[in-house]
Amino acid sequence: MACGADMDADDIDIDHLARLAALRLAGDERLAVERDLRRIIALVDEMQAVDTQGVDPLAHPLDATQRLRADEATERVDRERYQAGAPEARDGLYLVPRVVE
Amino acid sequence: MNADWEAVIGLEIHVQLATQSKIFSAAANQFGAPPNSLACPVDLGLPGVLPVLNEAAVRMAVKFGLAIGAEVCERSGFDRKNYFYPDLPKGYQISQLAAPIVGPGRLEVPLDDGAAIDVRIVRAHLEEDAGKSIHDAYAGQTGVDLNRAGTPLLEVVSAPDLHTPEQASACFRQLHSLVRYLGICDGDLSQGSMRCDANVSVRPQGQEALGERTEIKNINSFRFVEKAIRFEIDRQTDRLEAGLPVLRETRLYDAAKDETRPMRGKEFSDDYRYFPDPDLLPVVIDEAFIEAVRTELPELPGARRRRFREEFGLSDYDASWLTREPEVADYFEAATGADGSDAKRIANWVMGELTAKLHRGGLSIDASPVTAGALGRLTARINDQTLSSKTAKIVFDTLWAGAADVDEIIKAQGLRQMQDSAELTALIKDIVAGHPQQAEQFRAGRDKLLGFFVGRVMKATGGKANPRRVNELLKEALGKQE
Repeated sequence: MACGADMDADDIDIDHLARLAALRLAGDERLAVERDLRRIIALVDEMQAVDTQGVDPLAHPLDATQRLRADEATERVDRERYQAGAPEARDGLYLVPRVVE
Repeated sequence: MNADWEAVIGLEIHVQLATQSKIFSAAANQFGAPPNSLACPVDLGLPGVLPVLNEAAVRMAVKFGLAIGAEVCERSGFDRKNYFYPDLPKGYQISQLAAPIVGPGRLEVPLDDGAAIDVRIVRAHLEEDAGKSIHDAYAGQTGVDLNRAGTPLLEVVSAPDLHTPEQASACFRQLHSLVRYLGICDGDLSQGSMRCDANVSVRPQGQEALGERTEIKNINSFRFVEKAIRFEIDRQTDRLEAGLPVLRETRLYDAAKDETRPMRGKEFSDDYRYFPDPDLLPVVIDEAFIEAVRTELPELPGARRRRFREEFGLSDYDASWLTREPEVADYFEAATGADGSDAKRIANWVMGELTAKLHRGGLSIDASPVTAGALGRLTARINDQTLSSKTAKIVFDTLWAGAADVDEIIKAQGLRQMQDSAELTALIKDIVAGHPQQAEQFRAGRDKLLGFFVGRVMKATGGKANPRRVNELLKEALGKQE
């Protein structure tokens, strides 16, 4: 299940998608998002119709490639500062609502 | 499992790479630090940060690829795997789906009976590890430690070429051995340095099509891999024999109860909506880079196993045992370098007494008080009959306690075995003379009485006489008419 580009607009299950995206959509939002999604899929369908046989996928307009970083642990971690922005932290841990597994 | 069914098993093994820093950030890659003390803004997924790929992680992945004879992909790339969990701060894991760095290869897996099977490796790809959730420490809350977030992982995916729990465990073990030889992972399973997922299905013997499979997640020991898979095969077989379907699901192994159980709350877990990560460009590896890594490859476990068998005349089992850990193989080989040493005897000492003592003391072989050289000399002194098996054990224990020189121990404790000395001959003559009645009975045919005389001689020499020589000398002395 890669990019979902082969999805048919009729297949949209807005509730499923909202759950996957962890979004709570109110009634009218739900309709608006669904309408937008249909238009996006129609746009993708239009692009899919272009014949791209023999064209290599383009990852970057300048054909740049990934630069690699030397393996050195140079980062100093200021935990107090980072945790100051968290809703709750204790004993060095970030605390979140209980996740049941 | 009964003979009507065949199990089909594939493994996915996560190998934590032993880099200094994380895969996409310059925070330290270390186990056991205070919570979140190694989680920098990139690992925390703060807005505005960018991942930059660690060269050492790429190098290690390439090294692994070359070691399994795989094609190293000149061009690979990163994708986002999307799911929500508190220990995954960005809401996605950076992984490789479409273009992994390592293509198909092969792993030769030696089994306990000396045979070996060839297991196909489908791919190996780079990704980042997640953090850790602590569920039981705070009422109504989960604690999150993101030190592990961003640790480089190489995920190795095998083809479903395994058919028994033992084969699966041997495959995991062999991968462990390989990454330790390559120096790309510390191999410490207790710290989660390698974790194994097993895909297990069962089909009627002779059937081509695969049965429905389940995935057992996060198994962290060789023994548990075997036990979890055995449980799962039996469970699936029971269901199929009862006419019930096997459900495709993810299960966890509970070692305390020795069973697998379905994971809850993962009903959407297969819908990861992968897409290319726009923060990372294609990774291009040129021929020069690959060739440079190739020159760093050590002698691999399989090659070393074969060499040990041929060069030292070891059995398949011994060669396989001794080459599993590079440090053990190094120790063995260093011991064989001692003058007059005996490889087979060294193998027996290493696999028996030495390993038992190291295990009891919680020591690695690198920290062995008995050096490889000393063990080699010890076997030389057994071979030249200076030591008996009994006195050799005394020397070994003395070395273990801190002494360094085998010959000095023999001298200091007077352990030299009596051979053909005039002293031994005279002693035997005295003992025979001292027991005329037993000597007479022996000559009359009571062969068992030889044992009586051997006992007397050993007692008189404090166990230092060579028993075989004592036998010969006694027969000579008893055969003579006074």
